[in-house]
Order: sequence, then C-alpha cells, then structure tokens
Amino acid sequence: MNEAGGLAALGLHGQIAVFTSAVLFVIGAIGVLMRRNVIMVFMCIELMLTAGNVALVAFSRAHGIEGHIMVFFVMAVAAAEAAVGLAIIVAIFRHYGVVDLDRFRLLRW
Amino acid sequence: MSDFLFYAFATGSVLGAIMMVTRRNPVSAVILLVGVFFSVSGMFLMLDAHYIAAINVILYGGAIMVLFLFVIMLLNQGHATWNDMRGPATTLLAGSAGVAFLAVLSHRIADGTTYAPTVDQAGQALRAQAQEMGIIGMVARPLFTDYAIVLQVTGVLLLAAMVGTIVLARKRGG
Amino acid sequence: MNLYEPVFPSLILALPLVGAVVNGMGAFLWKDNKIIPSVVGPGVLVAAFALTALNTVLFWRMGAHDPSVTGLWTWIESGDLRVAIDLQLDQLSLLMCMVITGVGSLIHVYSVGYMKSDPGFSRYFAYLNLFVFFMLILVLGASFPVMFVGWEGVGLCSYLLIGFWYENREYASAGKKAFIVNRIGDAGFLVAMFLLFGAFGTLDFIPIMEAAPGSLAYGGLLVTGITLLLFAGCTGKSAQIPLFTWLPDAMAGPTPVSALIHAATMVTAGVYLVARSSVLFALSPVAQTTVAVVGAATALFAGTIAIKQYDIKKILAYSTISQLGYMFVAVGVGAFTAGVFHLMTHAFFKALLFLGAGAVIHGVAHAWNHGDEGNQGAADTPWAGDPNDVRNHGGLRKFMPLTWVFMWVATLAIAGVFPFAGFFSKDEIVWYAGVMGNPAVWAVSLSAAILTAVYMTRMMMLCFHGNNRTFGGGSGGGLHEAPPVMWVPLAVLAVLSLVGGWVNIPSSLPLPDIHILGDWLHPVFAQAEAVAEAHGAHHEYVSPVGGGEALWAGISTLLAIAAVIAGFLWLRGSRSRAAELAQPAGGVSGFLHGKWYIDELYDRVVVGPLQAIWRVCWTIVDDGIIDRAVNGAGQAVRVLGWVGGQLQTGRVTAYLLVFMLGAALVLGILT
Repeated sequence: MNEAGGLAALGLHGQIAVFTSAVLFVIGAIGVLMRRNVIMVFMCIELMLTAGNVALVAFSRAHGIEGHIMVFFVMAVAAAEAAVGLAIIVAIFRHYGVVDLDRFRLLRW
Repeated sequence: MSDFLFYAFATGSVLGAIMMVTRRNPVSAVILLVGVFFSVSGMFLMLDAHYIAAINVILYGGAIMVLFLFVIMLLNQGHATWNDMRGPATTLLAGSAGVAFLAVLSHRIADGTTYAPTVDQAGQALRAQAQEMGIIGMVARPLFTDYAIVLQVTGVLLLAAMVGTIVLARKRGG
Repeated sequence: MNLYEPVFPSLILALPLVGAVVNGMGAFLWKDNKIIPSVVGPGVLVAAFALTALNTVLFWRMGAHDPSVTGLWTWIESGDLRVAIDLQLDQLSLLMCMVITGVGSLIHVYSVGYMKSDPGFSRYFAYLNLFVFFMLILVLGASFPVMFVGWEGVGLCSYLLIGFWYENREYASAGKKAFIVNRIGDAGFLVAMFLLFGAFGTLDFIPIMEAAPGSLAYGGLLVTGITLLLFAGCTGKSAQIPLFTWLPDAMAGPTPVSALIHAATMVTAGVYLVARSSVLFALSPVAQTTVAVVGAATALFAGTIAIKQYDIKKILAYSTISQLGYMFVAVGVGAFTAGVFHLMTHAFFKALLFLGAGAVIHGVAHAWNHGDEGNQGAADTPWAGDPNDVRNHGGLRKFMPLTWVFMWVATLAIAGVFPFAGFFSKDEIVWYAGVMGNPAVWAVSLSAAILTAVYMTRMMMLCFHGNNRTFGGGSGGGLHEAPPVMWVPLAVLAVLSLVGGWVNIPSSLPLPDIHILGDWLHPVFAQAEAVAEAHGAHHEYVSPVGGGEALWAGISTLLAIAAVIAGFLWLRGSRSRAAELAQPAGGVSGFLHGKWYIDELYDRVVVGPLQAIWRVCWTIVDDGIIDRAVNGAGQAVRVLGWVGGQLQTGRVTAYLLVFMLGAALVLGILT
C-alpha cells in the first residue's frame, strides 16, 4: 500500500504521533457528542483541531516543510474561529440565558 | 531517553484529553486543555517542529485558552456544576461511534507501522533545513515566498473575524 | 418506360388540408362570415379535382402502365420497419381521386345551400375538407400504414360529422357508435398489417403485391388469415354484416355528409382495400368466398330492411349497405373491375339520391318553419314533426318537379334499368357472380337486385306521389323547389347517373363496344387475374342455369322494370298506400321495420355482458384494488415522511453522531 510506505517513512516517533493524533481526535469527538455545555463542546472541537495539527506535523517529517505551514494556517483560522465562536456563544447566552446546546434547535424547521 | 520523553508526552496528552473531556467544571477543563497543549508542544519539539511547538504554546495555550476563560467568567460558568453529560443511551452511541472511528483509523495506521525502534532517519531533511535557515527561517522562508498570498488572505480573514466578533458581541441597541 | 411524371401530387392532398385549416380557423375567428367558407370550402375541392383530372389525363395520354410512386418523407424508421409517406398514383387511385374530388366538389357546392342557415357553417366546411384530405390519403397512400392513417382519419371525420349537431344527445351517441363499431374492424386491419410485415418485411403495396404470389402459398393459412383480417376492417368501414349497424345511425349527420361520406366515398374504402390487395385475395379462395358470401348476404339482408323503413335517409342508408354488398360480391368473386365500376356509378346515383333527399328534407323543414299552417305532419302520430319521415312527405312532385325528375333518374339507375348507369355496373356484378362465383351468390344477388327496385320505388311513391301530407293533409303551401345552388349539382349528378355506365359495356351486348374503364383498370388487376388463372380458375361464360350475358342482362333489366312498375301500381291505389303508411305492429313487416332486431340482439349479446364486465372492473378492480393501492401508496409515503421528519430533530449532536458514523463507514469502505 502506498500510504503504508509513507507511514513507515515517518519513523517511530512519527508513527506514534499519528496514532496519538487519532486517539485525541476520537476523544474530542466523543466529547462533542457527550457534552451539552456549549463551551465544553467548543473546547472539544479545539482538541480535535489540535489532533489534526499533530498528524500534520508528524507527516511533515517525511513530506517536507508544508505540514508546518499548514499547521500555521490552521492555527490562524482556529484563532479566528475561536473568537467568532465565542462571540456567538456570548450572543446566544444573552438571548436564551443558558448555554445548553439542546435548547438551541435552530436547525429544525 | 528521548523515546521515553516522547512516550510520556503522548501519554500525557491522551490522559489530559480524557480528563478534560470528563471534567464537569469548565475552568478545570480549560486548565487541563492547556496541559494537553503543553504535552502536544513537547511532541512537536521532538518531531523537529520547534517553531510550531512555540506558537502552539503561545497561541493555543496562551491566547485562545485565555479567551475561553474570559468567556467562562463572562457567562458565569465558573462555578457551574450542573451535569451537562448526556444520558447512558447517548454515551453508548457516542462511545460506539468513537470506537468504530478509532478502529478504522487504527487499522489504517497499523497497516503501515513498522514497530521497529530504528535509528530515526525521518526528520533528517527538516534538521538539515533548520541547520541551514534556522528553526524560524525554515518556516518563514516558504511562508513569505510560496505562500505569501495565502498569508495575506489569512490576514484579511483575521480582520474579518475581528470585525465579526465585535458585531456579534456588541449589545443590541447599546 | 414510364413517361408519366405526376404533377404536384402532394398538392392534391394539400388543397383540402388548407381548406380545412382556413375554415377551422374561421370557426373561431369569423364565425358569422359565410362567404369565406362558401368560397374556400368548395373552391379547394374544385382545384383538387382539376389537378386530379390533369394528372389522370396525363397518365392516360402518356400511356403510362406502371404505378408512379412519389416519396415525400420517411415517417417511421425502426429496425427493419421503414414506413415512408409515399403517394402512389396509378389507375385505381386516380379513379378513386376523380370520384372523391368530383362528387366531393358537387356535394360541397350543394352544402353551401343546404347549410346556409346553420350556425356551424365554417366548422362544417372545416370537417368536410378535412374528410376529403384523409380520404385522399387513404386512396393515394402507397403503403398499408399510410392508408391506415387515412382510414382512421376518415373515421374521425365521420364521427365529427355524424355528431355535427352535438347538442342533440342522440346524434352525439350515433357518432360514438360509428366510431366504436369501426374500431372493432380496425383491430383486424392492424393485425393484418402485423402479419404482412412478418411475412414480407415491408408494408408498401408494390413490393408486397409483387412478392406475394411467390412467397405465400396459394390458399395457405397465412394469406387466408391476412385477407380475412383485412376484410374484418372492411366490414367495419363499409358496413357489412356483422358490423353494419352504425351506418343507419350515421344518418344523424347533415344530409350532404351522408351523401359524401356514408354513400359515395368513405364506406367504399373497404372495396378499395380489397381491390388494392387484389393479389392477396386472389391467393386465398376461402377469403374470396367469405367476401362474396358476406357481400351477397348483406345485399339481400339490407334490402329487406329498406323495404319497411320510413325515414328517407334510413331507406337510403340500407340501400347503401345493400349496394356495398354488391361491390363485395364483385371483388369477392374476382371481378375487381366490376366492383370498382359499381363503386363509381354508385357514387353518382347514391350521392344524387341523398342530395335529393336532402332537398326534400330541407324543403319540408323550411316550409314548417316559415309556413303559416299549424300542423307539422299528421297530428297525433309518432312521426309528426320529423322532416325525414316519408309519411310526412307525399305528392312533392308538384312542389319540387326538378328534384322529382332527378330522383327518378337515380332510382332507375340504382334499380338497374337500361340505359342508366346502374344497369351496366350491377348487371356485370350479377353476371360475374354467376360465372365466377357460385349459384347461391348469384341467386341472392339477382333477388337483391329486384328488392332494390321495389324499395326504391316504394320510397319514390311515398315521397313524391299521392297526396301531400306535410301539413296533415292540407294544401302543402310553402313547399317549393330547392335553390339553384342545390339543384345544379343534382343536375350534374343526374347526367352522370345517366351516362356514367357507358364507359364499360360488355361486348356481348348489342351496343357500341366501349371498354374504357376495363382497359384503364386492367394493369392494376392483371396480376390478380394471372394468379387466379395460374391456379386453375377457368370460367364458362354461361350463367348457372344456362344462357349468356346478353340474355341475363335482358332478363334482369326486365325484372327491374317489372318491379318498378309493380311497386308503382301497388302504391298508386290510395288504400294500399294508407295500409303501407300505418305503423307496422308485428309480423314480417314489424320484423323488417325493426331491422331484424339486430341492434337489440347486439345490445343483449355484446353490449350487456360488456357493461356487466365493465361494472365489475369499475367497482371491484378500479375502486377496490387500484384506488386502494394508489391511496395506500400515498398513505405509506406519508407515514414514511413522518418517520423521516422525526429524524430531523434539530439537535446538532444527533446530526454529528450520524455524520461520524458515516465518516467511519466511508473510511472503512475505502480501506
């Protein structure tokens, strides 16, 4: 398998980092699904983004500096996303007075 | 020694993440998340990503997490002890979905893993670049040449985010 | 070498179509304008007639022998099947076109007078023009499918014109009856076409007729099946037993329509079809015998009914059925030329009879509407107020002398009295029925010929002679002759009825030797005759009971004259006329007046059971099964939709969960 060879080229640390990344990502996803507090859900999303970053850095060891560049942009976008997301949470809280995700059902007709 | 450190950082980040997800108090979760970021930064260091490790601590561990703390305080969630965990049915579903996802990912990763503690050749190209341009230079060089336009667009994005944040968070009719 | 080149053959078709379009537009746009339809309607017909005549003359003068096929465009191309819109001009189709456009022109002119005060004037001419268009397609088409288009098209126009006064429910259902009864026969025509395509791989006339003697076994099952199915189509269109019941009801339409469609042209389409497929019929003795027997039976049967009818148009309708039976006898015994000859002369005198009847009806109705005497016919009778009923006529000779003369000409013509047209054509058929057919067919044809003379004389006597009964025994004031626009076409047709037979005179008669028609049509039927001869058809030119043609022609014309005189004497006495005028209650005359109760029989045997089946289909199959299935499907979809709607909780978490499972699934499959 083509990717398998690529994965072996990451070295031991790289491989462990990729696996760690997968674990972190799943933990974040389970967190998103399990929590109702919007702030907690948001933090879990940040965790998932970080998991992605870990994988990018790991692959960067075999495939060049572009992985680092990508992480840099992910972080920039994450900063913007965090700012806007938190602002939305504040606005919602002002409107509903709660941060319970299940109270917001804007996606239902 | 470096292997041991790397395993420690990896284990630490995973444990920290598990603890963070299960904290009832958001403030504890923020602190644990900062811990996770530190562990991840440690891994970055050992993966020859020194610059990324640094901005990870500064940007995530510092700026964003502080923003989270502010919002938690702002929304009076600092002492919130209400149980926001969902019921057992959702737990089961989410757990099985997570396990399924992890199983698929692991299967793919395991396909290509060698398990051999070989001499680490993988980062040599990066290390050579660091030797040549310095740890910041090796990121900055492509960033300001090949990716200059993307960098500019990112700046615009950040500006837009800033304006949007202000508009959203402003009090109505104020 | 065929020197003949057709001159604008498609224009012959296009002219009536243009007329139909213009008049059809007129029915909406200039409804009250009677001048445009009066000019356009007959005008296009006269132009088409001129063009047809030009083509015919050219065809003749060039000494053309073979058919000339003009391709217009390909209509259907699918696998082996290729159907082109081709026009075939040969002796037979040109003759038919001459009759259609010629008689059609006269009837169009006549209609201008007859329909003068009808509010649907423009619509009427649109239908009539359209009919002529389809009739010309029928005879000019060079293949069975194109002919079928015309065949169905004339059926449509017939339906439209029978139900022309559609406000009258009875008339509208007469139209439906004609349409539906014709469908039964058309099914046979269609199946015959399938069989022909299966056997020959083409549906064009010329290749089929050329290949048929070689590829179809003489008297074989296939050719018998094909011809019998074709004949089934003919029984519908040409009103033969058992599908004749629609034609008497079709008299609900305006009288010129009856003259054009239900006497002169459309109903003869079946005869044309048999003549066109002469080779196929010649290959199947069984089918030929069937055609001849059905034709003879119809001729006699319809004649007996005609003898006890009172509606002048119904008398003529049954007479038409009877005469069509004659034509089928002719084509059935293989005397195709005689059949087509009778088709032509019949078109002349039957159109004349119908138009004359129309003049009578028109006159009576007009007198009733404008006269100041009160009664509309004899009071307290079932027929009071019906201008079609001969019991409301009588003594019209005084009021309509021209019509009277023309009608007698036509009557003598149809009765087969020398020297009128019918003598030559009908006599030839009876003669060939005896020579080429079998004695039974011959005997039946001969007796039907006498019947013809009897019922026609009866009609004339009741209508034109004796006392006038139009106003219940009054003076008949207000009745007058039809206007010139109506009687001039009658005069032309009367001349044709007089001289139309002199184109084909049997050489055995002591008369000038003229064989124009026989020579003209010979190339069309040569192949069929060759087939018949090849398979041992050998005719002694003597009748079944001895005697030659001249003798039997004399005998039959004497019989006809005797029948006419007998009828004349019978109904001249006022007592016998009064008895004849009474409504027949029972016995033989009641049976004949009731048309052998065939309609009632069909109602019981066919329509009743069918309605019962349809009731079952409606209440059980449709309401019970189909409706429930459809409604059930709708309900099921609603339930499914409700279930699907419940999945849309609006909870982001639920969506995420599904998304994650889906992502895991996709990754797992991709691995």
